[in-house]
Amino acid sequence: MKIKHIYNILCFLFIGNIIAQQTPAPKQTEAYSIEGATAHLGNGEVIENSLIMFSDGKIKFVGSANMRIARMGTVINAKGKHVYPGFIAANTSLGLAEIDAVRATRDFDEVGSMLPHIRSIIAYNAESKVVETMRPNGVLMAQIAPRGGVISGTSSVVQLDAWNWEDAAIKTDDGIHMNWPQVFSRGRWWMGEDPGLKPNKNYQKSIDKLKEFFANAKSYLAGNKTPKNLPYEALQGVLNGSQRMFVHVSGEKGITDAVNICKELGVKNIVIVRGQEAEKVADLLKANNVPVILERAHRLPNGEDADYDRPFRAAKILTDAGILVGLGMEGDMERMSTRNLPFYAGTYAAYGLGKEKALQLITQNNAKILGVNDKIGTLEVGKDATLFISEGDALDMRTNILTAAFIQGRKISLESHQTKLWKRYSDKYKNQ
Amino acid sequence: MKQILILLLSLSISSSFAQEYFPTNTGVKSSKNKVYAFTNATIYVTPKQVVKKGTLLIKDGKVVAVGKSVSIPKEAQIINLDGKSIYPSFVDAYSTFGIEKPKKENSPGQKPQYDASRKGYYWNDHIRPDVDAFSEFKFDTKKAKELLASGFGVVNTHLEDGIMQGNGILVTLNPNSSDAYRILAKKSGNYLSFSKSVKSRQSYPTSRMGTMALLRQTYLDADWYANGNVKNTDLALEALNSNKNLSQIFNAGNYLDDLRADKIGDEFGIQYTIVGGGNEYERVNDIKATNATYILPVNFKKAYDVSNPFLANKISLSDMRAWNQEPSNPAILAKNKIPFSLTTYKLKNVKDFTTNLQKAIIYGLDKTTALEALTSVPASILKNDKIGNLKTGSYANFLITSGDIFDEKTTLYENWVQGDKNTINSMNIKDITGNYTFNINGLTYTMAITGEGAKQTAEIKKGEEKIKSKFSFADNWVNITLKDGDNFIRLTGQLNNKQLIGTVIDNNGNESQWTATYTSKIEDKKKDKKKENKAPEVVAVSFPNVGYGNATKPQKEIILIKNATVWTSENNEVLNNTDILIKDGKIAQIGTNLSSRGAKIIDGTEKYVTAGIIDEHSHIATSAVNESGHNSSAEVTIEDVVNPDDINIYRNIAGGVTSIQILHGSANPIGGRSAIIKLKWGENTDGMLYNNSPKFIKFALGENVKQSNWGDLNTVRFPQTRMGVEQVYIDYFQRAKEYDAQKKSGQPYRKDIELETLAEIINKERFISCHSYVQSEINMLMKVAEQFNFNINTFTHILEGYKVADKMKKHGVGGSTFSDWWAYKYEVNDAIPYNAAIMHNQGVTVAINSDDAEMSRRLNQEAAKLIKYGGLSEQEAWATVTINPAKLLHLNDRTGSIKVGKDADVVVWSGNPLSVYSKAEKTIIDGAIYFDIEKDLEKRKAIKAERAKLINMMLQEKIKGGKTQAPKKKTQKLFHCDTE
Repeated sequence: MKIKHIYNILCFLFIGNIIAQQTPAPKQTEAYSIEGATAHLGNGEVIENSLIMFSDGKIKFVGSANMRIARMGTVINAKGKHVYPGFIAANTSLGLAEIDAVRATRDFDEVGSMLPHIRSIIAYNAESKVVETMRPNGVLMAQIAPRGGVISGTSSVVQLDAWNWEDAAIKTDDGIHMNWPQVFSRGRWWMGEDPGLKPNKNYQKSIDKLKEFFANAKSYLAGNKTPKNLPYEALQGVLNGSQRMFVHVSGEKGITDAVNICKELGVKNIVIVRGQEAEKVADLLKANNVPVILERAHRLPNGEDADYDRPFRAAKILTDAGILVGLGMEGDMERMSTRNLPFYAGTYAAYGLGKEKALQLITQNNAKILGVNDKIGTLEVGKDATLFISEGDALDMRTNILTAAFIQGRKISLESHQTKLWKRYSDKYKNQ
Repeated sequence: MKQILILLLSLSISSSFAQEYFPTNTGVKSSKNKVYAFTNATIYVTPKQVVKKGTLLIKDGKVVAVGKSVSIPKEAQIINLDGKSIYPSFVDAYSTFGIEKPKKENSPGQKPQYDASRKGYYWNDHIRPDVDAFSEFKFDTKKAKELLASGFGVVNTHLEDGIMQGNGILVTLNPNSSDAYRILAKKSGNYLSFSKSVKSRQSYPTSRMGTMALLRQTYLDADWYANGNVKNTDLALEALNSNKNLSQIFNAGNYLDDLRADKIGDEFGIQYTIVGGGNEYERVNDIKATNATYILPVNFKKAYDVSNPFLANKISLSDMRAWNQEPSNPAILAKNKIPFSLTTYKLKNVKDFTTNLQKAIIYGLDKTTALEALTSVPASILKNDKIGNLKTGSYANFLITSGDIFDEKTTLYENWVQGDKNTINSMNIKDITGNYTFNINGLTYTMAITGEGAKQTAEIKKGEEKIKSKFSFADNWVNITLKDGDNFIRLTGQLNNKQLIGTVIDNNGNESQWTATYTSKIEDKKKDKKKENKAPEVVAVSFPNVGYGNATKPQKEIILIKNATVWTSENNEVLNNTDILIKDGKIAQIGTNLSSRGAKIIDGTEKYVTAGIIDEHSHIATSAVNESGHNSSAEVTIEDVVNPDDINIYRNIAGGVTSIQILHGSANPIGGRSAIIKLKWGENTDGMLYNNSPKFIKFALGENVKQSNWGDLNTVRFPQTRMGVEQVYIDYFQRAKEYDAQKKSGQPYRKDIELETLAEIINKERFISCHSYVQSEINMLMKVAEQFNFNINTFTHILEGYKVADKMKKHGVGGSTFSDWWAYKYEVNDAIPYNAAIMHNQGVTVAINSDDAEMSRRLNQEAAKLIKYGGLSEQEAWATVTINPAKLLHLNDRTGSIKVGKDADVVVWSGNPLSVYSKAEKTIIDGAIYFDIEKDLEKRKAIKAERAKLINMMLQEKIKGGKTQAPKKKTQKLFHCDTE
């Protein structure tokens, strides 16, 4: 017992020591003009030889460098380079865990099944070493979502250069995340059941529970609300439309049921997350204005007979079907892999979508889907000056090399624990 | 009451089957006349020796004479079998009859067990050759009757438990006798399998390759023991040695495992009889090459219920094909002259045996082979010439049938075992089939009686109107209940001179006589039947037999790629507007304006051509990854368990990968030997493995080997710390050194596969690729190697390699790493994506690997990250997935670059191969095109069409009333280093 205690202290000290975060940049006081770059606005438009000016954290000018207009503040010559709006990662669990295998660092999955009152934002570790590795790849903002349960909890949208979670928040409690019941289940072979995939016997039961939960919440909210019920209170936003309901579901049947039943429950803004086979129900999604947050492109095909490039083409297929598509993260090693977001978009670009539309997935589209497109997502006057300069095409691994990045006009550090170690050991060998 | 019944039962048994010299206290001594002559029958003495109108004479349970002119002794009972047939009763060589399979004890919350529980036996509990089936046997009358009804007379049964399961016993199914007579051979066949005993929790082996290694070591040790080199007594090895001359029957269970079992047998001069799984047809040439006799189950799959399209979509084409193709397995083996017997093993219900056997015949199995598979072949497997035939002196085990035994309409009347009769269907039931008419209360009815024996049924009509009726025929009495309108009429009657005569009772209880008059014979509907019995279309087998398999295996071609940008991977060279000629599987020429008559031209304009990608660290295409039962498993090899049918091979070639090293996992400090293969999709294992392959073995360090993330129960295996890991290595290498010295001294030594492998390392014949993360242990392993005068070849993963890159360079070890993985466990906290660049800059040979089935198909993108992280040039980055891994694998003289004389492992890319926007368009391996982006589109269409065809066939089956099973999604286990 005693030894364990000491061990914990040692552990704490050790971890404490190695957390040497990049200091968040101070508020923008000096204006910037970025001149000469190819600007990818995030809305599909490209301006060659562009001029982008921002001050006080907001974009003040987006246009051609050929314009005879006074440059504001520091001029950055970016000829031959590319400017992008900061990338937004949807459905991540960044900052909710540090090291997958170390339980003490895992904070993304709370006990219980109906947890709309659980809020990810307060557990978001703005000083996570994983988070700071996002920025050198252009991922500057993210939705932080809890995992597990039926209703996992409430997510928030943050920017990734902050002292603490309050600083980080762009939109607090933007939506509630729900894992739709499994349409199909397989037998527990280890209990001697047939391992075949069959319709989930408890599917209807699970839906009935959801319906009951919502019905109770609605009658609670219509009444005098005493005694106070935290979960029911937390549903108010999705019922009055101020919050989105992110339904994590795949498969034709599951998606159809999710949309129809959520509507029936009185949910105003539905977003489908994962959404495999969503193209099969495109009409339903369009009719109800339901967007889809796709999974990362770098997945194996779903089944032996599936086309090897089927996951790579998913964004093209859904976009062609007229659905608003964003890009999210969920699954194996999701936190450290979030920095590859631009390359997932690049893969979707390569397999039919084209570069600017693929860029939209992680800029304008994600901003729209998360309900933050009034502030972020594109290079447009009046929006947050959250943007970066890359030496080349930022969706391609070869050329995604950032020279400067700004969040709300603040010139942020592109260093990390990892670049520090790089330099430290490169220097070690240089000096030997 | 129950007790009395048992008592009575035992009394009756003891009195009626008492052995001759046993005293009797239940009456006077009496003996039964046991001489029978069966005359006028068609007698299958053997499947090929048929006597028409012959006589079979049996006495005291044995055949005394058989033939056309047999003199019948006076005491014989004569049974006239005019028109009937006699076959030898069937023999099942793989049975568990009367021996209950032990149940696995659930033991949650227990720590793993590494040592054997049994004392006085082998060091591994799963080796149980000492188990004697006789001591476990209890005659199961109910099961015996089921088997008798399916035509079986003799089975060889055993205790199905463990890797070596012990000997079997040969038992007749005679319920009228006692074990004293029924057991024909007390040691008959020796049984093996790939499954562990459920009676022991001993961990080792946890994998198929571990099982194979264990079998090999056991055979070696048995030999060593037989030569008197062991001081202690080992009852398991003694039993193994004493049962050496029995038939060795190996339950493998599918074609891949059939081949694996045979491979072990070949190494020790043992020809196993192999219990297959029903998919041997997929690689029938390989199966034939085993020279084994097979025992095949006939548990053909039921059609999938595809009526729910959501569910149907989840079934893979390969599973649908299995349903369609499996019934043709026996026929295909027969056509390829592969000997086999058939078994009831794996059938949930013995009754299905006959139906499924008939199905196999409909699918092309010829009847003589079928009969051999049930008689002479199992008899020869069991080395017993007195069963499975009706030659003089053989056991009087035979079947009496109404005709051809494999015909659906034939009735099996009797199954005689050891001269005792077992009636299945009475022979004395009269044939009353025919069309009849009769009158009741002035109304005329017609009746058509069809069927055979006890199964005769009737259809009754009044004019054209069908009348509801119930018909039964038993003890030669007919009973009919008619429902004519609201009136019930009951009739009873017997056949008398072609008339049915009896009593009728009408609705009002009035009794009278009735007579049904025979009018005509039933018309033969055989023609219609024949149509139904035609086998449905069997879809073609592809190589491998899954979607995207090849109809024919790709062949080497002369290929001329014109006018491409070539990245040669030789000294960072880029050649513009260049031609490459491929011939005889090699790169024949590189230059401009090349030509070659008859060459297939590939226009390389605006394309890039490179050497194929090599993945130093892969876990695809294998049936197992970790043998975690011991802290060292140098005795196992992935070469034993390569799975050439894995769809991920195809996905890899679609990403430009041509060679991979399949590594053992990281469950223990000393892992297993590697398999290095070319991804020749469609070839078998041997076709994929490199000839004269460089020899490699996986080692591992850190959290995985000290079981840090295995849960609280896994805290007993040494080592649990990095300190212990060092000692494991020193201990094993020291032992290997001593072993090698003894071996070389010429003194006798106990051959130990594990130490042989480790000695190869010390002797610089085998190279280590070591899974590694943190600098301390990386440094340690280099020092251990230096202590034993060899070098570590490769550190794989090597995420802190950048911290000791100078030491690595000095030691001469390469680094094969991930581009950007980290943070998944504590020891990868300091993993940085600049690792590769730093090691590269220090002069270490660096490769980028996958360890992942998804990442491996886009290693070009992973290499591209080195440009971003650390600033390598494009050519340097490209080398990390081509020539550098080739160097690390000692294959750089054969592959890894575009150079004249090297293997033509070449990829044509749509653009710069490092770009996220580029695709592999053609992947060529040894001069044959294995992936072509255009052909891929055709394959997609073909899969769609074939799925639709098979789904329609299954729907047809369901609508016809066939049994179906719930759809299953094939879930493929994806392996990583730490996969159990």
